[in-house]
Amino acid sequence: MSGDIILKVRDLKRDYVTKGGLFKKESTLSALKGVSFDVERGSTLAVVGESGCGKSTLARILTMIDPATAGTVEIDGTAIDISKGNISREMRQKVQIVFQNPYGSLNPRQKIGAVLEEPLLLNSDKPAAERRDLALSMLEKVGLKPEHYGRYPHMFSGGQRQRIAIARAIMLQPKLLVLDEPVSALDLSVQAQILNLLADLQDEFDLTYVFISHDLSVVRYIADKVMVMYFGEAVEYGTRDEVFSDPKHSYTKTLFAATPRADIESIRERLANKAA
Amino acid sequence: MPLLEIRNLKVEFETASGPFKALDGVDYTVDSGEVLAIVGESGSGKSVAMLALMGLLPDTATVTVDKMEFEGRDITKLSATDRRQVIGKDISMIFQEPIASLNPCFTVGFQIGEALKVHTDLSSSDRSRRVIELLEAVGIPEPKGRLSSFPHQMSGGQCQRVMIAMAIACQPKLLIADEPTTALDVTIQKQILDLLLKLQEESGMGLIMITHDMGVVAETADRVVVQYQGRQMEESDVLTLFESPKHPYTKALLSALPENATGDRLPTVSDFREFLESEAKKVSA
Repeated sequence: MSGDIILKVRDLKRDYVTKGGLFKKESTLSALKGVSFDVERGSTLAVVGESGCGKSTLARILTMIDPATAGTVEIDGTAIDISKGNISREMRQKVQIVFQNPYGSLNPRQKIGAVLEEPLLLNSDKPAAERRDLALSMLEKVGLKPEHYGRYPHMFSGGQRQRIAIARAIMLQPKLLVLDEPVSALDLSVQAQILNLLADLQDEFDLTYVFISHDLSVVRYIADKVMVMYFGEAVEYGTRDEVFSDPKHSYTKTLFAATPRADIESIRERLANKAA
Repeated sequence: MPLLEIRNLKVEFETASGPFKALDGVDYTVDSGEVLAIVGESGSGKSVAMLALMGLLPDTATVTVDKMEFEGRDITKLSATDRRQVIGKDISMIFQEPIASLNPCFTVGFQIGEALKVHTDLSSSDRSRRVIELLEAVGIPEPKGRLSSFPHQMSGGQCQRVMIAMAIACQPKLLIADEPTTALDVTIQKQILDLLLKLQEESGMGLIMITHDMGVVAETADRVVVQYQGRQMEESDVLTLFESPKHPYTKALLSALPENATGDRLPTVSDFREFLESEAKKVSA
């Protein structure tokens, strides 16, 4: 696995230019200020940061939704640059995304079967019967049942919807899956189920994850490598153990200090402080 | 005498498919100066319980309770006018979505002052002085200049501070915080929790934290009530709960925390399926 880099990002920049008006000058906001990283096949890179740090901008560039202002992105050895247009279908099939809010990312008028078949319909010329079979087997893989095929999104719980969103994302057998806060809208026990599902799917399909999150306990559990972002810059980048055992940047330290600790020693310490 | 005592609280909602039991006989006791955490996942009835106390449930809800006393006064027997004297003044509440709970059409200064106008007889200039004090107390920089800001001009963390300022404006004896930090970043969450605890310690009020986050419980609570599907699973002090949880559901919740992961996969609540199924039977019975 080592040395097999599937995603190579170098000095990636993205500026958003706000239009000037009659009384307002044009201004530029740098959402990404030169980010570089590598992701190995079958591994998980966690991107951590707070709102406004550029992690979703990064997700949009990786999934070829938005162009980058500068820098290069190589996926599976091929450079992508959507500002020049003509990204091939094969290229787009390699990267898929799962969004944060499972309530907003499924069309309420579309049955689950259609949700899962749509990527195949658009990107392949498989006949209807085959699409249906693939959708049914995918339902099973993500822990849903065949009878869910004909139901609408509102009939599902948040955790089930996130399973559907994940199923849709891997219908085309992508190489790289970008997960934008996939568990932050879910309850703790459901979160555990979804994290387990992601781990199972990673083993089965040799998937590579870019896992965007603000929850350090989740990151610590799932990540191989961690990148901490702060105002568009990667302030910390290393293996999980490096980052968690020896954070270098002051922001990473702040982030760790702010994360609630649920171990017994820290509770004891807090109660002792309070009694004093 | 405890500050708040609730015994055998039941809430039923009238739905198209018959009555739905949201809460089935829960008890809460809070003393002055105490932090009680109510923990549970969505559907556990943790918010419903507090909304019932505040009288904020819709007409479709039927509330029955054996005892609901605040400072020894039976809240259920109060007239609407007397009840309003207590609710909003002695008991106040902070909601989950700070941006959605502020009125976008009024300045934050006006909205904080409104609580004072209703519940105190301060003059208009005293009120605006008090509002500045409050904004300062909750840590908003340049409180004077912020009086005329609208909610959309502030960040989520600042809006939550404004909500807290509003809630503590009349020096309540009991503050209920319903998932006060769920919508916020961790560093902001830390600041808001520290602020709530500081205010609670200074004023000696009782604080009820409603949350689904075991980390928040560990960082704030003195005592914890664990709820599941409208019923109370366990009540104990915070250390005992984390050290030796008695109820299988509490054990399940704690082992589902990613930081407690030991093996390759996380244990989930469905690993405790036997328990869940027996629960489901009890509910339908």
